[in-house]
Amino acid sequence: MDPHRVILGEADLEGHNTDWLGMVRGASKVLLKPRNTEEVSTILKYCNDRRLAVCPQGGNTGLVGGSVPVFDEIIISTSLMTEIESVDRLSGVITCQSGCVLEALDQYAAEYGLMVPLDLGAKGSCHIGGNVSTNAGGLRVLRYGSLHGSVLGVEAVLASGEIVNCLSAMKKDNTGYDLKHLFIGSEGTLGIITKIAINCPPRPQAVNLSFLGLQTFDDVLTTFREAKDKLGEILSSCEFIDSSSMQCVEENLKLKPPIEPHPFYMLIETSGSNSSHDEEKLSSFLDYALGSGIVTDGTVATEPSRMQHIWSLRERIAEALVKDGYTYKYDISLPHSEFYKMVEDMRNHLGTGVIRCCGYGHIGDGNLHLNITTQEFDKNVLNQIEPAVYEWTAKVNGSVSAEHGLGFKKRNFMHYSKSLGAINLMKQLKSLMDPNGILNPYKVLPET
Amino acid sequence: MSLKVLVGCKRVIDYAVKIRVRPDKLGVVTDGVKHSMNPFDEIAIEEAVRLKEKKIAKEVIAVSCGPTQAQETIRTALAMGADRGIHVEIPAKEMEKLEPLHVSKILAKLVEKEGAQLLVVGKQAIDDDSNATAQMTAALLDWPQATFASKIEHKDGELTVVREIDGGLETIKVKVPAVVSADLRLNEPRYATLPNIMKAKKKKIDKMKPADLGVDTTPHFDVLNVSDPPARDAGIKVEDVDTLITKLKETGRI
Repeated sequence: MDPHRVILGEADLEGHNTDWLGMVRGASKVLLKPRNTEEVSTILKYCNDRRLAVCPQGGNTGLVGGSVPVFDEIIISTSLMTEIESVDRLSGVITCQSGCVLEALDQYAAEYGLMVPLDLGAKGSCHIGGNVSTNAGGLRVLRYGSLHGSVLGVEAVLASGEIVNCLSAMKKDNTGYDLKHLFIGSEGTLGIITKIAINCPPRPQAVNLSFLGLQTFDDVLTTFREAKDKLGEILSSCEFIDSSSMQCVEENLKLKPPIEPHPFYMLIETSGSNSSHDEEKLSSFLDYALGSGIVTDGTVATEPSRMQHIWSLRERIAEALVKDGYTYKYDISLPHSEFYKMVEDMRNHLGTGVIRCCGYGHIGDGNLHLNITTQEFDKNVLNQIEPAVYEWTAKVNGSVSAEHGLGFKKRNFMHYSKSLGAINLMKQLKSLMDPNGILNPYKVLPET
Repeated sequence: MSLKVLVGCKRVIDYAVKIRVRPDKLGVVTDGVKHSMNPFDEIAIEEAVRLKEKKIAKEVIAVSCGPTQAQETIRTALAMGADRGIHVEIPAKEMEKLEPLHVSKILAKLVEKEGAQLLVVGKQAIDDDSNATAQMTAALLDWPQATFASKIEHKDGELTVVREIDGGLETIKVKVPAVVSADLRLNEPRYATLPNIMKAKKKKIDKMKPADLGVDTTPHFDVLNVSDPPARDAGIKVEDVDTLITKLKETGRI
């Protein structure tokens, strides 16, 4: 490899050794930037023969410490693997290398009247390969489903350097075990994803966004149900924000919500092919919501500039929380009936020892982002939260990681959501595909 | 004294949309492109609504010249708090040839027709950047003008207006009736709330044509060519500082 693609300096590696939240730090001495699958294969074969551990890295926007080395693993960055191989306008399938930045890929898709069925706050930095290997969720899972559905094909390199080509661009392919699913969501522990084929829906011609203010969490749930009933196929996102999260965005980022303070807020987005049809539906839904009193105030935006402002209130909460100091971050799936009780219980449990305990997230998917902040990391606070938060989640049959993955931070809590039999099979798969354990070690699978 | 306020609001391509030049090079693509109210006009509407909330204004009338969709822009103004609207119909084809002088004549006629004492407009529209409508309307009406306003106070039939000028602020006093153009820092426009959006649907929008006001909109100039700004060349990476300096010298930067 030419010297530009081998990064050695400590200062240059700083950003690659530390995660975005500033929560974990590794001590890697070298980062490699392969350009193609063959180079990834050569690197892995070399490392496997010499028992050298590697840490695959995309945009390094992961939230569970999965994308940075734990000790001195060699970082393999996908940042130069940005080629888009093909676009099929008819089927909507885009085939590309794993280092394409999500937003850039989406802009490329836009030129063909398509959209990438995945949108999240980190879209400007995250790589599609990282999204796939963490099975990232985001704002539109409600409409387009998870990446296990949208990703049609994956090409990955195993620890041995062997290239596994499952890069089918066909919607249907029932020939044997569907191996691509092993690479989706396994966080680089079974192989490094080098290419993907993703099914992109037509880009909506008409998008409307409403921002609503509500008095109780029961009203939030009722509004969600009514939105599903009354908006039907055009509903493309349903998010909720509590007042504490909104205060954080106001205080730390100086953003202003478009309506007066409310205990709860919701963002309801519609996407369709005909603006007058969509606006009529949305307007009759809002008429109903306002008339019946489940929603007490709100606004609607159809202009891209206004929609961007409203979305930033939701998408930039994570960034605002970081400015508080240290964030204890939990990403859990819960049944709707228990959804906000978790935040309230935790808030009562922690009392005044924290700056804030807030909840927001993808109400449409039953996915809560529970966040607690303190000025600095405090072991006592952590002990008060964990494992209580996981026990609480397990009690209602939720998931301790809805969309962020387990990474380094959450791996020892896997058993709260997975049976012993399932964990054992995962371990067997790991030793089959990566017998020397060089791929992203100390991540995903529990220590014991 | 309670003022009747007329506010101009133009429908323009939303600022978050990427502008594309039309293949015939005589304009930009507007079909199927998201439009919104000119941001400076939004500030003008907000200021007028605040004057009404302070009981300085008794009625706020939003005016827009444009195709049928201009009514959406007027609806937005009504949802923000304007009392009624006037839509001066200009067919989409003629819209791109509508000049600030035409708009000024239309606004001046409407001011006379409505008996308004104050005209507030944005300092310029973000599509053609002309920055001329306020000034020309003031001339046509023979009214004083307070342009680029960043603060407006009203007392005894006089407006004290702080203007943003090069290198500082200028405070002037104008007698009402007057024309004011809004600058960016005058206020932060509100979002129309749902109850107000619903109410706005019932507010009245009068429709008329320029000819009804006796205004001739024959263009005074022809557009010869519209082109994209020159594309930026891709950057290169150099090995070391010496090469960097050599390259910079080669390209004449240092």
